[in-house]
Amino acid sequence: MSIRNIFDVSGRAMSAQMIRLNTTASNLANANTIAGSKEEAFRPLRPVFATEYASKIQDNGIATVNVEQIVSLDRDPNQLYAPDHAKADKDGYVYQPNINPEEEMVEMMEASRQYQNNLQVVNTLRTLMARTMQMGK
Amino acid sequence: MNSIRDHLGIHANALTLREKRNDLLASNIANAATPNFKARDIDFAAELQKASASGPMQTSNARHFVSSAGVTRDTLYRDPVNPSLDGNTVELAVEQMQFSENTLRYHASLQFLNRKISGLMSAMRGE
Repeated sequence: MSIRNIFDVSGRAMSAQMIRLNTTASNLANANTIAGSKEEAFRPLRPVFATEYASKIQDNGIATVNVEQIVSLDRDPNQLYAPDHAKADKDGYVYQPNINPEEEMVEMMEASRQYQNNLQVVNTLRTLMARTMQMGK
Repeated sequence: MNSIRDHLGIHANALTLREKRNDLLASNIANAATPNFKARDIDFAAELQKASASGPMQTSNARHFVSSAGVTRDTLYRDPVNPSLDGNTVELAVEQMQFSENTLRYHASLQFLNRKISGLMSAMRGE
């Protein structure tokens, strides 16, 4: 998809931030999901952002952001000793994902702030465009 | 036609340049979280002088690349105040300041153009 105007730039940046907010929400939602083995345990998700330039030939500096992929972080889950838990393995251990709520909250605040910034840019530029269309009246 | 263009003066060029700069600043804000993204900007005064001195650059062959603003611009890289670990040089406070200043100045140029156009209009009516 090509980048033609400011709505493409800011709109796609907003979708990227929205994906980031969604991964944070999934991480927080699964913070207390208990698994029966190390492999089954949930691992925190993070989106990978990449710049997409409007043009590779002309150097006009206009660029937006794309989510290249969503990776799960390679963090070993916490091992808890709970022999009476329904999912406990033969040694009596259960596995809790290694999710840090503070870290997720900071990520969430940053994403929502940057989402708002992009929205503000679109609002401001839209007003300016509307005024420009009234030029000479 | 030329005299009308002369009457509008520097503001016609300023308005297009301001718009291009808005696009650049919006790109910077969009990439505030992208690792290794380098914030870009133009030297407005120098670019305006370039645009006013020679006028829009023309192409003489169908296979020439058309420059996006009609003028070749030097898009520079911003020098960050606090460089971050991930190689991103976008600082939201700086970009927001530049953006709000740029939109205000765009508005000013637009206002000047409007006044000049209404001046021309009343001269034509001759009332």
